[in-house]
Amino acid sequence: MTFNFLMQNFINALQWGSFYALIALGYSMVYSILMLFNFAHGDIFMVGAYIGLGVATALLALVGTSGAALLPGWLILVLTILISMFLTAFVGIIVERVAYRPLRDAPRASAAITGLMIGIILETSNILFLGGSRLKFPQLIESVTYNIGGVYVTNKKIMIVLVSLGLMLALHQFVRRTKYGMAMRAMAYDYLVIPLMGVSMNRIAAMTFAIGSALAAAAGILFGLAYPVLDPYMGVSFGWKAFVAAILGGRGSIMGACIAGFMLGFIEIMTVPAIQILNRLFALNIGSNLRDLIAYSIVLLILIFRPHGLFGEAYSAKLRL
Amino acid sequence: MLLSVKNLQVAYGRIKALHGIDFNIAEGEIVTIIGANGAGKSSTLRAVSRLVPSGKETEMTFAGKDLLKYPPEKVVSELGISHVPEGRRLFGNLTVLENLKLAAFARKDKDGVEKDIERVFGIFSRLDERKTQKAGTMSGGEQQMLAVGRAFISARRLMLLDEPSMGLSPLLMKRVFISLKEINQSEGTTILLVEQNARLALKFAQRGYVLENGNMVLHGDSADLLDNEDVKKAYLGG
Repeated sequence: MTFNFLMQNFINALQWGSFYALIALGYSMVYSILMLFNFAHGDIFMVGAYIGLGVATALLALVGTSGAALLPGWLILVLTILISMFLTAFVGIIVERVAYRPLRDAPRASAAITGLMIGIILETSNILFLGGSRLKFPQLIESVTYNIGGVYVTNKKIMIVLVSLGLMLALHQFVRRTKYGMAMRAMAYDYLVIPLMGVSMNRIAAMTFAIGSALAAAAGILFGLAYPVLDPYMGVSFGWKAFVAAILGGRGSIMGACIAGFMLGFIEIMTVPAIQILNRLFALNIGSNLRDLIAYSIVLLILIFRPHGLFGEAYSAKLRL
Repeated sequence: MLLSVKNLQVAYGRIKALHGIDFNIAEGEIVTIIGANGAGKSSTLRAVSRLVPSGKETEMTFAGKDLLKYPPEKVVSELGISHVPEGRRLFGNLTVLENLKLAAFARKDKDGVEKDIERVFGIFSRLDERKTQKAGTMSGGEQQMLAVGRAFISARRLMLLDEPSMGLSPLLMKRVFISLKEINQSEGTTILLVEQNARLALKFAQRGYVLENGNMVLHGDSADLLDNEDVKKAYLGG
């Protein structure tokens, strides 16, 4: 039980937390402006990963036939991420248009149900069109492992964490500094009077779904690099856990979603070394397969003491017309 | 007529708020609708802003255009109707300046917007002093100034004002109304004011309508309404 071992887990937790944070952002942003949880969001993460797979495969084929060495692996990766984010954004826009916009004034439970239905439709369409077998995500960059004082870090892990942080920072800047970001913040505060500012609610809602879905697509591709096997249900448990992160961060809080995403990654990953330490100290025999049970019991405890999450408001400032 | 409304009906579920009212406003006029709590005053303004749907037989035209063909955001950006809603409804998490900038969201004339923001700061100098402060932290009077300023920037062919006197001290109230009159005179902005404070409203407006339980029961020149025995009894405290 050394420092190195903990550092190793720390780095893994950073990577794991990046996925949660990127996906949790989509839940939080949509909730903040429309006060509904998009329960299809986990499946949009899955769709994003598959779109990434398709784009990467197409790009690789393109490079293969033209024989051009002018597209190195990392450039293909960058292009894959950008193109897939763009395409998945449209999936989000379509989901908002067909599943949520018609139900905007309906009871929230109805919108939650449609979200779940859309999720099932996305999963089963995947099986219908791709046969349901697991697919391998192409490894676009050569894996390099660095040994930093006994701690092993791969170039992929570093890249995954940096790209995730970069996207979060970009989102933060967008929300703080641009006109559309300002409209999003305003809509989160009081969406009913948004039209009185000459702002179309539908446009801001579509934009929010687009951004959330694009971030989920980025998470899907980064996930594919780290764990290169995709399956149609990959978004289910992952999506629910990211949803937990969104709640833990405080409903509707962007900052909260990021921090809670990383926190959840840490709790989950660090539970395993914690179990090992406990086993050794007290001669116990707790299996590491109890990881999720223990990790989510901790989350439950946090929520009991902070029911509004880490950054949530204790009461809603939202008003009714 | 700039705005002409015929048979306006509004219902919230099964509860009817307006039973088919008629009214109209000429360009440059200041008109008020007075009435008790729950008479349907706010519903009238919301229907004109298209925030709430109106009945099938309702007809509304604004500057010769069919108002009912416009979604609420275009009522603001294309027709030029702004609305200071009941309870001000500022974005408390945005700064004063951001609230004003958001009101210009659909405007393309950048220079014009900047000039207008300066004008608002000229009319309400308190807002200039507090422009980097969050709107939610200001006093009620300052918030009302911002609500008026925000509407002024969003559109100003017609301004709909929902109880701007609410929660203001008499002194502040006077200031807000003087500013509104200034805007009316210098910009030719038409004003439709809804008020519970009937005396104040009738002194400010040229014409008035009296709304009772979702029906228009009376209308006329403000001076006549101020003298009307029924109005006196019901709305002016004897």
